[in-house]
Amino acid sequence: MKTLKFLIEKEFKQMFRNPLIPRLIVLFPTMVLLVFPWAVSFEIKNIRIDVVDHSKSTYSKRLTDKVSASQYFILHDTPPDYNTAMLNMENDKTDMILEIPSSFDVDLVKSRDSEVGVAVNSVNGTQGLLGSNYIMQIVNDLSSELRGELTQTLPPQLRASMMHMPKIDIVPQYKFNPALDYKNFMIPGFMVLLLTILCGILPALNIVMEKENGTINQINVTPVSKMNFILAKLIPYWAVGLVVMIISITLSLLIYGLWPAGGVIAVLISAIVFILSVSGLGIIISNYSETMQQASFLVMFFILILVLLGGMFTPVSSMPAWAQWIAAINPFNYLTDTFRMLYLNGSTLADVSGNLLALGVIAVILNGWAVFSYKKRG
Amino acid sequence: MIEVKDLYKSYAKGKVNALNGITFSVEDGEVFGVIGPDGAGKSSLFRILASLLLPDSGVAVMNGHDVVKDYRKVRQIIGYMPGRFSLYQDLSVEENLTFFATLFNTSIEENYHLIKDIYQQIEPFKKRRAGALSGGMKQKLALSCALIHKPEILILDEPTTGVDPVSRKEFWDMLGRLKEQGITILVSTAYMDEASRCDRIALIREGEFIASDTPQGIIDSYSGILWSVEGDRMSAMLTALRDHSAVKTSFAFGDKIHIAVADGLQAGELKQYLAKKEFSDVRIAPIKPTVEDCFMALTNE
Repeated sequence: MKTLKFLIEKEFKQMFRNPLIPRLIVLFPTMVLLVFPWAVSFEIKNIRIDVVDHSKSTYSKRLTDKVSASQYFILHDTPPDYNTAMLNMENDKTDMILEIPSSFDVDLVKSRDSEVGVAVNSVNGTQGLLGSNYIMQIVNDLSSELRGELTQTLPPQLRASMMHMPKIDIVPQYKFNPALDYKNFMIPGFMVLLLTILCGILPALNIVMEKENGTINQINVTPVSKMNFILAKLIPYWAVGLVVMIISITLSLLIYGLWPAGGVIAVLISAIVFILSVSGLGIIISNYSETMQQASFLVMFFILILVLLGGMFTPVSSMPAWAQWIAAINPFNYLTDTFRMLYLNGSTLADVSGNLLALGVIAVILNGWAVFSYKKRG
Repeated sequence: MIEVKDLYKSYAKGKVNALNGITFSVEDGEVFGVIGPDGAGKSSLFRILASLLLPDSGVAVMNGHDVVKDYRKVRQIIGYMPGRFSLYQDLSVEENLTFFATLFNTSIEENYHLIKDIYQQIEPFKKRRAGALSGGMKQKLALSCALIHKPEILILDEPTTGVDPVSRKEFWDMLGRLKEQGITILVSTAYMDEASRCDRIALIREGEFIASDTPQGIIDSYSGILWSVEGDRMSAMLTALRDHSAVKTSFAFGDKIHIAVADGLQAGELKQYLAKKEFSDVRIAPIKPTVEDCFMALTNE
């Protein structure tokens, strides 16, 4: 124990003597929580749209106004024909084209049925998908408005039969995230990313640095056990990780008013279980690399796998089966899910116990592998 | 006492042989030098003896403890100083020393007498970070750290490489004093002139000991006739000498050329030969061989 305490003291001494690390520990979470949530958002706003209005009627004017009044669209132009609009899209001056046929008003009044054409630039897939959804909402909205109004113009007997026809409106309720705010969805994910880097990556790089500097040779000829050596590397970063976690929880409350409905203790407990598993992964990386370059490359590789196959940006359930298998052994996936449950769903520790159990099993396996692959001699 | 028998070590799945059957022993309180060029296998040998590397086969016993089986015990009784400076550059001189003392469950005060001589020279800078020390001071700190737990055997891998001549001499004086305290010292070097500071030396080449004796014994075993040649245009002269049939070997040695010649060749004859090739002001003198001459002769055999 005395040796361990002494080794940890040395690690802290080196950590705070490093000109970069202490600053990064403060700067990094601040950056991640203050900047990224605003930038990394799937909410698509300010889609530029061209409306080609062949009808030039009151109804088509209403549709155009509705589109330009929406917060999602910016009316770029109303060109006379489709080709001009298409040219605009090709020159990246507009993202979407709404084409209203010349018979729009006549069709609406006579046959109560009309069509509009929508073309959308789908180079950015999300923008394409969401843009056409938004337009559909607006058109549906208008059509139910018109339906109500036009019913008034019908002869009384027809009106009566019309009244009996079912009219279905979909009114979505966004549960757990009522304002459909992507920031609320992303912040728990960013917290997981912070923990991964501070508690998984930094200690791994630190160990490889000892290898590269040759200092590990001097340690290896001392009676220090490998357990103590590794623990002394991990414990300072665990401490830093938890401190950063507390800072993050506080910052997200102060800035975004986001507080874990499931309890802050539950968040910290799940963070600890996660830290144990991800630091195991870090040690494995350090055991298999001799130089910082190798280690950095491995780290990049694993970070991408952890994040992209971890459900932070895209839901795991929509991934192909093989990717879901990877996600099933991905600690990142479990903590992202847990944090979102605790933060947004108001789940309790009992609700997330399945995730924590999975994390625990991953921790045991990874750490077992880490100890097994750590060699004190070549 | 160090006893090494038939050590073999290869890298890259047997493609590169670092050690090809090394056998030797070092008596208690002896300074044993392993001398050879870079890549001869010195570091591999020392890493095995320090229990940092596993040999492919063979046995090494340090004061009765096998380096493979009893490696924990071996680590208690040896002090190892790697060829590269391997202390914490971001810790101060004093912090490094305290660190290694504590890891061995001792303190600077307890073994101060051992390192006093050496440590006193760097003590004025004890608050300075190790990374900011000069090469010579780094070596002194590294030696202090290797000595702080009172080892019975010191393993020094090229301790004087990259150190200025004055510091090198000081370093060997320090080793002499440690020897007086009964510490067995195994030291490697690529500098042949340091051989005479050892009690016994072994010449290593391509993972094999090509000779092992006292420095004087090695020199005495030199059988040929050795001359030194001086003059202008040394590099051209070296080629010219190599063309002469009675010159067996010739190599540059500082600002002179050392040549081993066949019996019966007269200095005058050689002078005339060189004069014909327009080398003027040539001085030729018979000399006593050094360890380096012996190494070159053994290498050429």
